[in-house]
Amino acid sequence: MTTGASRTAGGRSGGAATLTLVRAINEGLRRAMEEDPKVLVMGEDVGKLGGVFRVTDGLQKDFGEDRVIDTPLAESGIIGTAIGLALRGYRPVCEIQFDGFVFPAADQIITQLAKMRMRSLGALRLPVVVRIPFGGGIGAVEHHSESPEVHFTHTGGLRVVACSNPADGYHMIRQAIRCEDPVIFFEPKRRYWDKAPVDLDADPDLPLDKGRVVRPGTDVTLLAYGPMVRTCLEAAVAAEEDGRSLEVIDLRSLSPLDTELVVESVRRTGRCVVVHEAPVFSGYGAELAARITEQCFYHLEAPVLRVGGFSTPYPPSRLEDHYLPDLDRVLDAVDRTFAY
Amino acid sequence: MAVNTNAPVGAETYGAAAPPELVQLLTPEGERVEHPDYDIDLTPEQVRSLYRDLVLVRRIDLEAVALQRQGELGIWASLLGQEAAQIGSGRALSDQDMVFPTYREHGVAWCRNVDPIKLLGLFRGVSHGGWDPAEHNFHLYTIVIGSQTLHAVGYAMGIQRDGAEAAAIVYFGDGATSQGDVNESFIWAAVNNAPVVFFCQNNQWAISEPLEKQSRIPLYRRASGFGFPGIRVDGNDVFACLAVTREALRNAREGQGPTLIEAYTYRMGAHTTSDDPTRYRVESELEAWKLKDPIERVKAYLFKNELADQEFFEAIDLEADELGKDLRRRCLELPDPDPLAIFENVYAEPHALLQEEREQFAAYLASFEGVA
Repeated sequence: MTTGASRTAGGRSGGAATLTLVRAINEGLRRAMEEDPKVLVMGEDVGKLGGVFRVTDGLQKDFGEDRVIDTPLAESGIIGTAIGLALRGYRPVCEIQFDGFVFPAADQIITQLAKMRMRSLGALRLPVVVRIPFGGGIGAVEHHSESPEVHFTHTGGLRVVACSNPADGYHMIRQAIRCEDPVIFFEPKRRYWDKAPVDLDADPDLPLDKGRVVRPGTDVTLLAYGPMVRTCLEAAVAAEEDGRSLEVIDLRSLSPLDTELVVESVRRTGRCVVVHEAPVFSGYGAELAARITEQCFYHLEAPVLRVGGFSTPYPPSRLEDHYLPDLDRVLDAVDRTFAY
Repeated sequence: MAVNTNAPVGAETYGAAAPPELVQLLTPEGERVEHPDYDIDLTPEQVRSLYRDLVLVRRIDLEAVALQRQGELGIWASLLGQEAAQIGSGRALSDQDMVFPTYREHGVAWCRNVDPIKLLGLFRGVSHGGWDPAEHNFHLYTIVIGSQTLHAVGYAMGIQRDGAEAAAIVYFGDGATSQGDVNESFIWAAVNNAPVVFFCQNNQWAISEPLEKQSRIPLYRRASGFGFPGIRVDGNDVFACLAVTREALRNAREGQGPTLIEAYTYRMGAHTTSDDPTRYRVESELEAWKLKDPIERVKAYLFKNELADQEFFEAIDLEADELGKDLRRRCLELPDPDPLAIFENVYAEPHALLQEEREQFAAYLASFEGVA
């Protein structure tokens, strides 16, 4: 047994276990399907193969082809039919195989999924989860390493979240499935194989729309989500050797944003660096910087700085180490906040 | 060699506008005709009821066009000429069946007991919909072309999983058949054997684009490439539309999978009130189709067979006048929604950003109170 999770005769695992993020989300999906017969999993290769990253491994075997649906190869069709299933009372969890492939489905997500509740004056519920493995760092070909989150945070009617570790992966996917609103669920694919303890029977310690201080500090606030949380934690460890105390916040929920948590931290530290993989221009960091400027203006010792991707298409993988923010680029930005 | 894009190879044989072979049960002259595969047995009362539906939805449509011309609606998508396709198919539905319309299905909405004022409200800008789809088994109008075909198939997959005695029917136009979503919905429906009926109203024009710009083959034949039956019906013949749709829905409910129905009809008006069809089509085409008017042929049938008298027709006309007047009055009385309705029903659960924006906007609005 590689996961460390104990499994009962019914196939249900329980207790504390050390799991990869892949396995943790898999367990979360399994629990959700056990608890609610209306939960469906659908997407390309999610059945027999168990997903290209194996996130849905074994689910079709245990829940059948009617609940774990291998779909035709057409992303708009996946989301469009999920909307219809939700209208009939089901709770579909769709997998978009890779970030760059969400664009054929963007029409259904943006023009239909996000807006249907408002159009019906609240008569309709659309509890659809769209899982998207996102971000770079795995040496993939083009369209397999992108960070399309702001397309969705810019769309009213959607909730957008990103997990960064196995425990959150397990709890957040269950919370997303229970949510009555459509949720775009980003999974950091280069952290899929990170391991950490997960208590499978515990209740989640945070609501889905709250962020978390993952490392307290006093000098600078680092804001990150998804794959960049680990990078920022590594930067904080390195900065400590230079005598600097960095506070790292995992935003977890991008829409809505846990503004209170961010504002409280930045007012305390007086400095802030935002880190994400997506291009900086018009990016999520721009929203954070503007919001922090509005609410923390008299507490700031330096402007909010942003570290992220360039305004280019995602580069060939031999160049991605230059494109993706790493520990040194984060520390460089931290240095610059002290130059003011 | 110059390429003539207007005359593709094989166009004579397979052309989208080839003379239609279609199911017809009532001729434009009001003669009842037989078809080997489809028949319909209607009582005189049922025929009179269909006639009433046709006249009343045409009146709703005409009143809406007039209201738009007077500035009371932002825009209106007229169904003029398509009444038989919509009433025929709409009256084939059982209460359990679910309808996914585009934005021109006022006749189907009528069959589902959606108050026409809701349709006017949408085009006036009072809401983006406003009726409860579950109450009428009639989904919201969908503006993006073809999107709703996938919703219908997904819904039909839900019907399958529920083991219910029901089907979904989805409406779209000839232009929509060029959309990826419609083709994806055909694939999904076929591989899942979903209980869904695709009801394409081929009204010949997608705004200014004629059918020849969308397809080299008659639309109903596309179904065979996806692996399910396609049938072309005279879309101006309410009997044939009823018979063909009834059969397709029954097949769907009985587990025989999807059907594509192409209702061959004509959009007698503009695409919407913003459109000017004189720029792209000739008057003689309209005149030819006027001879196939869906209402006149039922009227002729009722007359010839002495199933209705002048008194009946006058009573229906009077009812239509009253309906039009009532609709006009209620349209003018429609209030603008409360400004804070902008923030309502966006999310089912509280959303911090929206709550913040709502509070700020409410405070801003309140700041004007008491200001002269």
